Amino acid sequence: MPNTNKIMHTLSVYVSNKPGVLARIAQVFSRRGFNIESLVVSPAIDGHFSRMTISCSGDPDGLDQIIKQLSKLIDVLQCIDHTYDESVTKEMGLIKIAVNSQGRSEALQIAEHYGCKTVDLTPDSMILQVVGNPDKIDALEEMIAKFRIIELVRTGKVVMSRGSDLT
Amino acid sequence: MANKAMEGGQAIIRCLENEGVEYIFGYSGGAAIPIFDALITTETKINFVLTRHEQGAAHMADGYARATGKPAVVLVTSGPGATNTLTGIMTAHMDSVPMIVLTGQSVSWMLGKDAFQEADIFGITMPVIKHSYLLKDANDIPRIIREAFHISTTGRPGPVLIDIPKDISAGPCTADLHAEMDLPGYTPVTTVNKDTILEIAEALAKSSRPLILAGHGAMIAGADDALRALAEKSKIPVTNTLLGKGVFPETHKLSLGMLGMHGTAYANKAICECDLLLNIGSRFDDRILGKPDQFCKNATIIHIDIDAAEIGKMIQPQIACVADARVALEELIKHVPILETREWRKHLDGYKTRYPLKFKRQGSLKMQHIIDEFYKLSDGKACVATDVGQHQMWAAQFYKNDSRYNWLSSGGAGTMGFGLPACIGAAFGRPNDIHICFVGDGGFQMTFFELATAALYKLPIKIVVLNNHYLGMVRQWQELFYDDRKSGVDLEGNPDFVKLAESFGIKGFNLRRPGDVKRVLQNALSYNDGPCLINCEVEKTDNVFPMIPAGAAIEDMLIEPPTSKLEKPTGST
Repeated sequence: MPNTNKIMHTLSVYVSNKPGVLARIAQVFSRRGFNIESLVVSPAIDGHFSRMTISCSGDPDGLDQIIKQLSKLIDVLQCIDHTYDESVTKEMGLIKIAVNSQGRSEALQIAEHYGCKTVDLTPDSMILQVVGNPDKIDALEEMIAKFRIIELVRTGKVVMSRGSDLT
Repeated sequence: MANKAMEGGQAIIRCLENEGVEYIFGYSGGAAIPIFDALITTETKINFVLTRHEQGAAHMADGYARATGKPAVVLVTSGPGATNTLTGIMTAHMDSVPMIVLTGQSVSWMLGKDAFQEADIFGITMPVIKHSYLLKDANDIPRIIREAFHISTTGRPGPVLIDIPKDISAGPCTADLHAEMDLPGYTPVTTVNKDTILEIAEALAKSSRPLILAGHGAMIAGADDALRALAEKSKIPVTNTLLGKGVFPETHKLSLGMLGMHGTAYANKAICECDLLLNIGSRFDDRILGKPDQFCKNATIIHIDIDAAEIGKMIQPQIACVADARVALEELIKHVPILETREWRKHLDGYKTRYPLKFKRQGSLKMQHIIDEFYKLSDGKACVATDVGQHQMWAAQFYKNDSRYNWLSSGGAGTMGFGLPACIGAAFGRPNDIHICFVGDGGFQMTFFELATAALYKLPIKIVVLNNHYLGMVRQWQELFYDDRKSGVDLEGNPDFVKLAESFGIKGFNLRRPGDVKRVLQNALSYNDGPCLINCEVEKTDNVFPMIPAGAAIEDMLIEPPTSKLEKPTGST
């Protein structure tokens, strides 16, 4: 569970798509005692580069040092902190709940409220797919917890700056 | 234009030649045989030095680079050969020393399968290296070697490792040897923000008690001339870090010598009393800060550093300037006024008179006496390498340096065993200079096997073993802070170092009495048939002062031995 006493930060890191890059980046965090809460890596438009979105918790002073250390890595082109800006932030979650015909309609009601899709349905379970900002997924998780959650998978958040700002 | 196929190993040697490499220090082994073979088949002019241990090779390359400003190459095999370089790589990394490390590796298709002598050196070195490569295609050799040298020697320098599977070094390479670099994420800063420089000049103009702190960054940048011009024009006193020794002449009347844990009392007092601190290329190491929140708390702090990650890491400056020290100072000097600092300098000169560095020449034989005498006999012009511990601090205090590249000491890492191989590396780079290696009996025994290398090449080095039969610095802490409980510091069982030297064919001298110091050292200095070793039986329980206990404020510096029991220090070491 995320430590709510610390601020959750969101970093967008643009890197060369080379072996070892992820290990170098992970080391910058672990050496300074920061915990990575979520990490999304995917190829950028130009396949030579990758985009990482990293959510992590820790004190802001330490984060400043982390951003500088990340920027210093040879394979990192750019590292931007999106914690305090108005970027678009999205995450996808898949939640498998145990539900039979008795509770199904209530579950579907909650799902509809959060704009979920039902992507799998069996007599004893269903999988809900939800997309939104992480708070929304947290809220859904809380509401749907009245049913037994069998499994929960979240992608971790991705972020993109609005308008002409670069991510 | 593609070349006709050569072996990967041959391409590696040709690329090293293109980079101007003069020396490769190394140790052979199975996975590196194709590269060692290429040393012969290419008939290269690069000198290969076979060391006695891979750690020795890494420290030699380090010493060579510190003494010449040019990178050398370390060439070792896979597995233990590679891991034995680790301490040397970490030492170079901590002190921003350029170094190229080539490691042989198992064949590509065995990677990760626990092959004989396979170690993931790419992964193992990651936290202690500037950058690293795992070669996967022989045609990448020219580009990667080019990039490795560029990365290692520019910006804030550091070691770079290239791990080379045996099938790559033995396989064909048809690539153009003059390949383009591809480093979109690496753009070291080469210019300086003029507005920041004007801001610094303005702050200086308002200061009445300014102080310059010169660090290794100023040395690496070659900022010595600009620094001297600035200090002399504006009449600003200068203190230097351990690794900054020589970037500003320590015999200059504006010099306060080294500051920090065992720095001069007057440098540390100047830090406490200055109203402006201009830090040029020092990373505010914990050895000079004392208590970070008390450090220079009434002064305007200006920090010039080429590494943006150093700004605000330990100390938040009022003015930050991310730039090469020489570029910054050459711009700054155009704008600084002449400052009225006569009162301030007079005040500091008072401290110099009141609290000089001192020792007794009578009684038992002192390390300080030997270092001081060597300083005088060599006119302060020797290239000095040290190991780590008490002798290192006394060497820093008493062997004053007036020019750069003459002080080789493991500062950040504090690596025992560094001194002898570093001195050997320096002697390869500058065979016509005098090289003095001050080592303790502890650190010397960690790498003394490199005496063979020194003897074989008849290097002009004077190995001064300051032998107190103790791990003296730890013993000093135990005496001062742990009720003199000596734990793990008694080096009983030391060999006869003169006999040891003689067994390598190296001339040995014994020195036991203060009255003999001058005569023995003169004999050692005039000995010119290769290396010689002077075993100095010094006082066993002498302590280094001044001293700022780790984690204590600089104001709490002990100038003299304390008369009452001290609390255990709060700092790390």
